[in-house]
Amino acid sequence: MLDRVAALGRTTLNTIAGAGAAFFMLMRALVGKPTLRKSWPLLMQQMYSVGVLSLVIIVVSGLFIGMVLGLQGYTILVDFGAEQSLGPMVALSLLRELGPVVTALLFAGRAGSALTAEIGLMKATEQLSSLEMMGVDPLRRVISPRFWAGFYSMPILALVFSAVGIYGGYLVGVRWLGVDDGAFWSVMQSNVEWGQDIVNGIIKSLVFAFVVTWIALYKGYSCTPTSVGISRATTSTVVTASLAVLGLDFVLTALMFG
Amino acid sequence: MESRNTQLAVGFFVIIGVLALLFLGLQAANTSVVTNGETYKLYAKFDNIGGLKERSPVKVGGVVVGRVSKISLSGDYYEPLVEMTISQEYSEFSDTTSVSILTSGILGEQYIGLNPGFIDDTVEMLKDGDQIYDTKSALVLEDLIGQFLFSQGKD
Repeated sequence: MLDRVAALGRTTLNTIAGAGAAFFMLMRALVGKPTLRKSWPLLMQQMYSVGVLSLVIIVVSGLFIGMVLGLQGYTILVDFGAEQSLGPMVALSLLRELGPVVTALLFAGRAGSALTAEIGLMKATEQLSSLEMMGVDPLRRVISPRFWAGFYSMPILALVFSAVGIYGGYLVGVRWLGVDDGAFWSVMQSNVEWGQDIVNGIIKSLVFAFVVTWIALYKGYSCTPTSVGISRATTSTVVTASLAVLGLDFVLTALMFG
Repeated sequence: MESRNTQLAVGFFVIIGVLALLFLGLQAANTSVVTNGETYKLYAKFDNIGGLKERSPVKVGGVVVGRVSKISLSGDYYEPLVEMTISQEYSEFSDTTSVSILTSGILGEQYIGLNPGFIDDTVEMLKDGDQIYDTKSALVLEDLIGQFLFSQGKD
């Protein structure tokens, strides 16, 4: 019985210590004198591998999700003779929910796992220690550009996702199923609002970007430097980041639209 | 050279992001938000506001001139008081103006319809904070059915 209690206490302490360590890692990586000249090429490199290379999966899945929304929405709305509402339905569900959330989930799978594995392997092969030996702070050199790259990339990816998704809904709804072209866009425009929908979606994806990139970097930085440890850390990144995104999404939705 | 290609790719990435934002902002959202510029407030009391909500449009002959900004109960008899934020562009309503709560379509959203009143030397113009007294409440379907049944019963 007491052993159980002790185990519970140990888990709690470890969780809190992990959260504290993750916080200090982020602080040490971000706070400090910015060295733009040196960090700019590093940031570009990371933006490329984190953002640009994620573009294909984002565009393809955005298109298909938009097309599915158009198809599903049409079959239901047409029963009520309300197929003009297809535009706002597709646009609002993409801008408010699916754009930020699905982008964050895909990003965690596509880029987050790669970040964790990369940093974990750097740790396992003692590259991080070597950097410290040479007097280079690995947090500033390795963690910081990756963090900012993720933070900047994901909102862009979410915007692309929503835009492509709306176009997918347009393709299915208007071009294939014959919803009126003008009604599709005008009803959408009268229901979608810049501040309420688009800006809130961007805020959501900024929060998700922060959380997902942070989790991915910390899991890599703190992993056990063995092959098993790296594989566990990578899995844990995807699981933890996805859960965090879905949980936070509920909280944010309740705050923004509740 | 590889660094230049990387920068090019990232540059295009950012441009695509901006284009997506422009597409969403210009094509998907309503850019002509009436109540963003200079506005003034008008008030109206109703017996029943039906399904009117905050942010419902205020229209004159179908053209949106403002939005409902607040709905509250006022007075000793708890009458619904609706605060309307109207664009300063349309500031010349006379105090003979009447308001009614209308429905767009059979199942559509409810909105406020303003009917501009006549203007001559004796009427004043509505100013910021004025109340409109000539109001017509929302049609409530249950009441309509009740009246219909009542009138049928008399025959």
